[in-house]
Amino acid sequence: MERLRRTMMFVPGNNPAMIKDAGIYGADSIMFDLEDSVSLAEKDAARMLVFEALKNVDYGNSELVVRINGLDTDMGKADIYAMVKAGVQVIRLPKTETPDDVVETEKVIAEAEKFFGIENGRTHMMAAIESAEGVLNAPAIAKASDRLIGIALGAEDYVTNMKTHRYPDGAELSFARNMILHGARAAGIAAFDTVYSDVDNTEGFNHEVEIIHELGFDGKSVINPRQIPLVNAIYAPSEKEIRNAKAVLNAIEEAHKKGSGVISLHGKMVDKPVVARAERTMALAKASHLVDKEGNIYVE
Amino acid sequence: MEIKHTALAGTLESSDVQITLSEGKGISIDLDSQVEKQFGKQIKKVVTDLLAKYEINNVKVHVVDKGALDCTIKARLIAAIQRATDTQNEQNWGVLE
Repeated sequence: MERLRRTMMFVPGNNPAMIKDAGIYGADSIMFDLEDSVSLAEKDAARMLVFEALKNVDYGNSELVVRINGLDTDMGKADIYAMVKAGVQVIRLPKTETPDDVVETEKVIAEAEKFFGIENGRTHMMAAIESAEGVLNAPAIAKASDRLIGIALGAEDYVTNMKTHRYPDGAELSFARNMILHGARAAGIAAFDTVYSDVDNTEGFNHEVEIIHELGFDGKSVINPRQIPLVNAIYAPSEKEIRNAKAVLNAIEEAHKKGSGVISLHGKMVDKPVVARAERTMALAKASHLVDKEGNIYVE
Repeated sequence: MEIKHTALAGTLESSDVQITLSEGKGISIDLDSQVEKQFGKQIKKVVTDLLAKYEINNVKVHVVDKGALDCTIKARLIAAIQRATDTQNEQNWGVLE
């Protein structure tokens, strides 16, 4: 079962207090940033801070991601080597424009794994898409490497590139979101939505999360721990959805016991996509603490 | 390894540590920490262990601790060493465990 990625919390890479506490908020993924949130003069210090944190701090079950500086900067290669050595799970490429950006980064990651005697392919990647060119290339970018676990929309740079800005209804991001989502789904990887910077605007944030949840995004990038429970609440399945998912999974189990190939529930055929949806619903229900480990619904 | 000039890394924000290295004879550590009574020895041990790995035998170390974890102290000291020895672009991977 694919892991849940409802929230990816951004943590500035040169802030020890935030790095120390990043694990306590229950984010599905934590993204330590060596790029935009770190000033040029502090890039070397941030790299070591994140390196040591990855080696020493327990972040529980959160997936650990580091956004590196691009390979077109002096810092990119050193960032990759340090993060590969630290054993990070995912390296996030900033400002990905073409599939070649992914391929080039993958080469350096593979080089670093070889250099440190680490198993080839252990370090995964994700690509942030932040420009018109990147959006138009999203499907090819998503298929550029087997290491990719997902692609993400970076809206701030994107809207600047598009000569617009963020609007409450999200119309300016509609095309990009759909391209990224389709690119990700066609490649069988995750799709992450952009950050929402107005942390005090809960209503606006919830509205945006509802849009991306409805579209089918795996989750949203968050810049403040307060946004995590808001996303989780919108991604939590309803009791009806959980009961239906349980019924589907029970029907499958029964059918397997009987050796039956075709399965039906309440007169409707249960096929692979229905089962996949049911499994995701149960995973979300467990993560939202709506059911116990066995999948039994907690009594209200 | 020789300290070439004074350099510092880290800030005075909570959970951070600011470490300044300058040329000296032998190793001297000047520690300023609100938790010195409880953690002074440990902080100094982190510093001396890492200086030994880099084979730095002559340095003055000024540590202003604001409640940093050991790994933060290590990270800031590595950054300060690289800056003080002009080796920011030549990572010593052997030292990083």
